[in-house]
Amino acid sequence: MNDANAKPAAARRGRKGRVLEVWRRLKRNRLAMAGLAILAVLFLTALLADLVAPFPSDKQDLENTFSFPSRAHLFGTDEFGRDILSRVIHGSRISLSVGFLAVGFSVVIGGAIGAVAGFYGKRIDNVLMRFMDVLMSIPQILLAISIVAALGPGLWNLMIAVGISSIPGYARIVRASVLSIKDREYIEAARAAGSGDARIIFRHIVPNCLAPIIVQSTLGVATAILTAAGLSFIGLGIQPPTPEWGAMLSGGRGYIRDYWYMTLFPGLAIVFTILGLNVLGDGLRDALDPRLKSSR
Amino acid sequence: MIKYVFRRVLLLIPVILGVTFIVFTMLALTPGDPARLVLGESATDEAVAGLRSQMGLDRPFLTRYADYLGDLVLRGDIGKSYVTKRPVAKEILSCLPSTLKLALSSMLVAMAIGIPIGIVSAVKQYSLFDSATMVFALVGISMPVFWFGLLLILLFAVRLRWLPASGYSSLRQMILPAIALGAQSVSVLARMTRSSMLEVVRQDYIATIRAKGQRELVVILDHGLRNALIPIITVLGLQFGGLLGGAVLTESIFSIPGVGRLLVDSIKMRDYPVVQGGVLFIAIAFSLVNLAVDLLYAYVDPRIKSQYK
Repeated sequence: MNDANAKPAAARRGRKGRVLEVWRRLKRNRLAMAGLAILAVLFLTALLADLVAPFPSDKQDLENTFSFPSRAHLFGTDEFGRDILSRVIHGSRISLSVGFLAVGFSVVIGGAIGAVAGFYGKRIDNVLMRFMDVLMSIPQILLAISIVAALGPGLWNLMIAVGISSIPGYARIVRASVLSIKDREYIEAARAAGSGDARIIFRHIVPNCLAPIIVQSTLGVATAILTAAGLSFIGLGIQPPTPEWGAMLSGGRGYIRDYWYMTLFPGLAIVFTILGLNVLGDGLRDALDPRLKSSR
Repeated sequence: MIKYVFRRVLLLIPVILGVTFIVFTMLALTPGDPARLVLGESATDEAVAGLRSQMGLDRPFLTRYADYLGDLVLRGDIGKSYVTKRPVAKEILSCLPSTLKLALSSMLVAMAIGIPIGIVSAVKQYSLFDSATMVFALVGISMPVFWFGLLLILLFAVRLRWLPASGYSSLRQMILPAIALGAQSVSVLARMTRSSMLEVVRQDYIATIRAKGQRELVVILDHGLRNALIPIITVLGLQFGGLLGGAVLTESIFSIPGVGRLLVDSIKMRDYPVVQGGVLFIAIAFSLVNLAVDLLYAYVDPRIKSQYK
């Protein structure tokens, strides 16, 4: 009894130790920490948007339209006199939730497909991965566009479209990791000890291929946010008047000749978000697997 | 080799079948009645029902899919546009050249700028040039195409008036779109070239060639770059897919009448045959590029060529 309890405890300590080790390596990477800081600030503003934003995102002030950036409106106002800073702040909610939820969705589904394909191999592998190949033969943003075309615009549909379009990438990564792990001795040991397939997959294989998934999904959130903003920009994603960065850019482009700040600030918000995610993702890759020193 | 190419072309068939099936199913599940869309809200129910059976919409899904495939394979016919009533293939073919021109010219921009930057950064690792270009590359991969395009228009077309803000026919008009779309690929390619070169120049054979007294330029380009090419080509192929997708956004910013813009317009007008056709064409183009990339591997690396049987 004692013995049986001692082992998981030791394993848990080991896992905690590994997480700390990764964190220690990540902390030394200044770029990655900057990325983490950007994301932390973004998350806070998204969470506290109502408190942080100087104005409600939809408050119109028709006597104060198209006012250039000033003390009262740091980022200026748009064609309805709405405060652009407040809209950018509220927009972070949408971009972050689309990015993270879409990636969460595709990691779970893509991961399951990849794990099953890699673990069972043979015909199941063939069928599932050929299907993924078909999805991959359509460029991601185009796949997302066709799904949105079928579902119609809106926040949830956008998330689903972006999520589905990134499933094949995760399926491939998880399958590759599963293939590299499934013949190791400890898997055989688990099987000899009487573990079923499901237990082996979830307890032994999935935790051991988390590293590439974490890296890929950090970078994947960036892609998802870009795709979502792109769809909204061409009018297929989030519809105005919802304050979404891509939609704001699309609204501002008509006035670019005279009121450049309407396109500048929402775009900067996108760039900073993506930059933060990218450097954090690169840093995580280096920290999780020092052998694979930044290869992108 | 020829056998390999033939087999790969054959393998394209199931992929294309898969794409048609996915897109066909997706759009068939879309709410809304195409017959109603063609005739408009004011049409009588009888007229709509008549058109439905004329369009074959009252038949089972699989029969319709089989018909679509049959027309595609036997006659190269992928339906008629609901809006213009012209054959979809014609609509797309008239837009395809501008999209390909846009994607290829951004690819050229990416190669012409990205690869040299990557090589120099790797050779002069940790120099000012290296740090500066890698920071730019980092910003470059984080920049949305549609925003960068707008900034380019603002600076070069609106403020400086050096280049036109829209159009696609003359070389001058292509410059801004190609740079806007290519910028991200420049960054990705520069980073990939740098890391791939860094790996190669550390190899023993490079030291041997240097020890032999070979000129540095020959060492770097003939022996270094040649061996670093495989990952670079892989990235190029992947980027091309991104460029085809990004072309959708770029075309909308610069008012280029390409497949991307046709697609978006058709989605907004619910002109589904055109949407199906457009996605199909781009998927085929992308698959062909992937095939070309695999063949290029063989050309670059004889070891890979010997595996292609």
